[in-house]
Amino acid sequence: MGILEVKDVNKHFGGLHALRDVNLSIREGSIHAIIGPNGAGKSTLLNVLVGKLVPDTGSVMFDGQSVLGRKPHEINQMGISRVFQTPEIFGDLTVMENVLIPCFARRDGAFRLHAFETVETEAELIEQAERALVDVNMADKRHHHAASLSRGDKRRLEMAMCLVQKPRLLLLDEPTAGMARANTNRTIDLLRDIHARRDITMVIIEHDMHVVFSLAQRITVLAQGTPLVEDTPENIKGHPKVQEAYLGEAH
Amino acid sequence: MLGLNKRDTRFLLIVIALTMLTPFILQPFPEGSALAQFNAGYPDLMQRIAIFGIFAIGFNILFGLTGYLSFGHAAFLGVGSYAVVWMYKLLDYNVLPGLALAIVTSGLFALAIGYLSLRRSGIYFSILTLAFAQMSFNLAYSVLTPITNGETGLQVYTSDPQILLGENEPNIPHLFGLVMSDSYKLNLGGWVFTFNIGYYFTAVIAILVFYLSLRIFRSPFGLMLRAVKSNQTRLNYTGVNPRPYTLAAFVISGMYAGLAGGLLAAMDPLAGAERMQWTESGAVVIMTILGGAGTLMGPVLGAGFIKYLEKIFSKINENVLDGWFSFLPDPLREVVVWIFSRFTGEGWALTLGLMFMLVVIFLPGGLMEGGERIRNLIRRRKNGSGDDASPGRTPAE
Amino acid sequence: MDAILLQILNGLDKGSAYALIALGLTLIFGTLGVVNFAHGALFMIGAFCAVTLQRLLSLSYVTIDETRTDFLGNPLKVRTPYLESWFGPEVGQAIIDWSVPLAIIFAIPVMVGLGFLMERGLIRHFYKRPHADQILVTFGLAIVLQEIVKYFFGANPIPTPAPEAFSGSFDFGVLLGFEPNAIIYPYWRMIYFLFALIIIGAVFAFLRFTTFGMVVRAGMADRETVGLLGIDIDKRFTIMFGIAAAVAGLAGVMYTPINSPNYHMGMDFLVLSFVVVVVGGMGSLPGAVLAGFLLGILESFASMNEVKSIFPGIDQIIIYLVAIVILLTRPRGLMGRKGVMEE
Repeated sequence: MGILEVKDVNKHFGGLHALRDVNLSIREGSIHAIIGPNGAGKSTLLNVLVGKLVPDTGSVMFDGQSVLGRKPHEINQMGISRVFQTPEIFGDLTVMENVLIPCFARRDGAFRLHAFETVETEAELIEQAERALVDVNMADKRHHHAASLSRGDKRRLEMAMCLVQKPRLLLLDEPTAGMARANTNRTIDLLRDIHARRDITMVIIEHDMHVVFSLAQRITVLAQGTPLVEDTPENIKGHPKVQEAYLGEAH
Repeated sequence: MLGLNKRDTRFLLIVIALTMLTPFILQPFPEGSALAQFNAGYPDLMQRIAIFGIFAIGFNILFGLTGYLSFGHAAFLGVGSYAVVWMYKLLDYNVLPGLALAIVTSGLFALAIGYLSLRRSGIYFSILTLAFAQMSFNLAYSVLTPITNGETGLQVYTSDPQILLGENEPNIPHLFGLVMSDSYKLNLGGWVFTFNIGYYFTAVIAILVFYLSLRIFRSPFGLMLRAVKSNQTRLNYTGVNPRPYTLAAFVISGMYAGLAGGLLAAMDPLAGAERMQWTESGAVVIMTILGGAGTLMGPVLGAGFIKYLEKIFSKINENVLDGWFSFLPDPLREVVVWIFSRFTGEGWALTLGLMFMLVVIFLPGGLMEGGERIRNLIRRRKNGSGDDASPGRTPAE
Repeated sequence: MDAILLQILNGLDKGSAYALIALGLTLIFGTLGVVNFAHGALFMIGAFCAVTLQRLLSLSYVTIDETRTDFLGNPLKVRTPYLESWFGPEVGQAIIDWSVPLAIIFAIPVMVGLGFLMERGLIRHFYKRPHADQILVTFGLAIVLQEIVKYFFGANPIPTPAPEAFSGSFDFGVLLGFEPNAIIYPYWRMIYFLFALIIIGAVFAFLRFTTFGMVVRAGMADRETVGLLGIDIDKRFTIMFGIAAAVAGLAGVMYTPINSPNYHMGMDFLVLSFVVVVVGGMGSLPGAVLAGFLLGILESFASMNEVKSIFPGIDQIIIYLVAIVILLTRPRGLMGRKGVMEE
């Protein structure tokens, strides 16, 4: 039984059958990549996993509990964090404040009226945030406005914001999209490092095969809304069905 | 002190000092001099500035922090006024029970309106709040006449019960016998300073609510509100539910508005529906933005500025201008007076409109940003070089 | 039955004004992405174009008629409009009488020019600023325009009658087989409604059938792509702003006989027009027109005594009530698109 179980999920958009009988089981503690050509339904699947879309049929269970019909903040409180394709951060706030918010959310839950406490005196949370920034190598930028960061720094900040919540499952939507090779490699190292140090499950949706084969322990290939194969990276590499799916796109 | 760090404590002390010394500060010119026109140290105006300062401080907690632009806060102002006058009618002229009721009823009102309006964001939210407020305004004029006394406005009649009214109790608003409209006048040389009980009562409340807003700004709650403004998607995916946060901010700002409305009735025991009209909501938006939304002092500054303009500029008519420019030769004087009188007296609203446009165009951060820029300019000139260490890093306070 | 028909007719003229203002607002919002709070002021200035023309046409010279005296016994001063002395009393009088329809010709260049000026001088610099800033700066502009008009024309409403020929009423009821006088409807209101239909039809036809309109519609849907195609979309948007200003202005010109214009009529209409736009759905032109007529008619129904006796005060709040219900049940209004103005 995996930490995340997707069973018989179907999703239609008008006449488009975006997800077709998707079955997926993510093993706890693994790095699982979902790949596939454009329009294969990767983003739709991800949006189902985080509660943004409700599928027409099927079930999605996280640690024995259904995630369907729950709001994004409830799903997050269950232990699922998400990194976006374009980093979603609090641009008007400082880097430190950005990381503090998930710290508060983890401690206080979805809502608490802490109007007469002071942020400055929360020494424990500040230390937590500080450590998270050190982890992603951004401690020296703690007072910068988040909007003024470079794209790579924004990505790392977002990663720190997710990790400080100590999620059990981290969903990454093309974490290296639009990055130069050097930055991509640094991100790979960072993710590998995080995975080694923490008890965390990662699901990566990715285009870049270099990233996928450097990180993933298992790979699911999605084509036309349905999983084609699921296997280890070694076996996926030469798989005829996968080549067909990708080459089919080239025509 | 009081849960504030050193910098904020100093800031609060400065604000307290300024508020307490307002009767001096707004009265810089000796009586009878040509510039005495510009003196604003009289009770009615000072009290109004403090009251609208409270209104704007509250509005800023909603708009400045969360970015939700309400066009319906005047409804709470009106509710507050009605609550206070009703307490006058039922109990007696002591302002305290009325103010308590004003805060409670406006809070409940805000809870209901906010709960519905906050299901939408952006301009849809603005229109919803506007619609609720305009509905309240129209109903106050028509069907709710038994409660609001319609166009006449709610006031105290001798036939009212006033069950707590004692024998020697004053027949005008007071606080345990301290009559709001009583003043002490101090003659110093050519200057006359007026110390009014109503003003000091309002000022103490204003300082209190300013302190509350300072605490909110520095609290985790305030941080969450700023996060709502910055990026709601991320906040959702961080496990935070923005709705109760925004609703709490809405209710708090509604209570501030109710308190301000109540204080208006403490100044003058009258409540009329026109206080609920959307132009009044627009006025608080203008005050907040003119001063600087999202800053602590900005809204108060904006409120003071507009009330000053409204009361002082509108008094400067052509006769006054004639007096000022009497040293000029005739034809020139006429031209100068004509030009100036377009912007003063009746034309004060034109000045307001122009000011407002200029601020939005050139100083999106309001007057506070203007002050910040001037400070940076001076600092840079002092340093004698163009390298500024970190200008604007700390947001304007 | 006749009462219902009468209320529908009564709702049409106010609905026409709402629809025309909302149409202009939506054109500006949809093409330029700007929320224009000065749009009510454009309506008001349109109305004052009619007032101005009426005054210009009535410019008179004074002659002293020694043969007659006024009530104080002084020789009578006779004011003769120049027009009468140039074209003869009958033609001159007719021209003055027709000043409101004539003001259409006068208002179009004025409004288009004003629109260009506003877009070039102010609005253009606010394309990239947040909606809140756009609302605020145009709100400030509205105050300024209002104060200027107040300076020139004073604070009181100025009666501006329709031509003599349209001053009567038309008995609709007889046409439909009802009793005489059951449904009577002033001619001018009928003309206003027809005029609104023509303007609305013209705007839609312009957007639908001309290449200019096609490009603008494409720009409404996806501004960047159209820009990438090498089309100078900015220039077209300036023109659109001029057109929207003219629509608002003409709505104002023709409204003068129905309600004597005063300097704050724009603000009064603006708030309601925004409600109309949002109810119709931000950015949807048919939505704006539909919601305009719908709310106008609903308002007139709510003011029927039969309705008021069941729901006291309903006439005061109907528009806002409908707006609240629609916004809470259909988040994007009647015909709105997803994602417009929600941030």
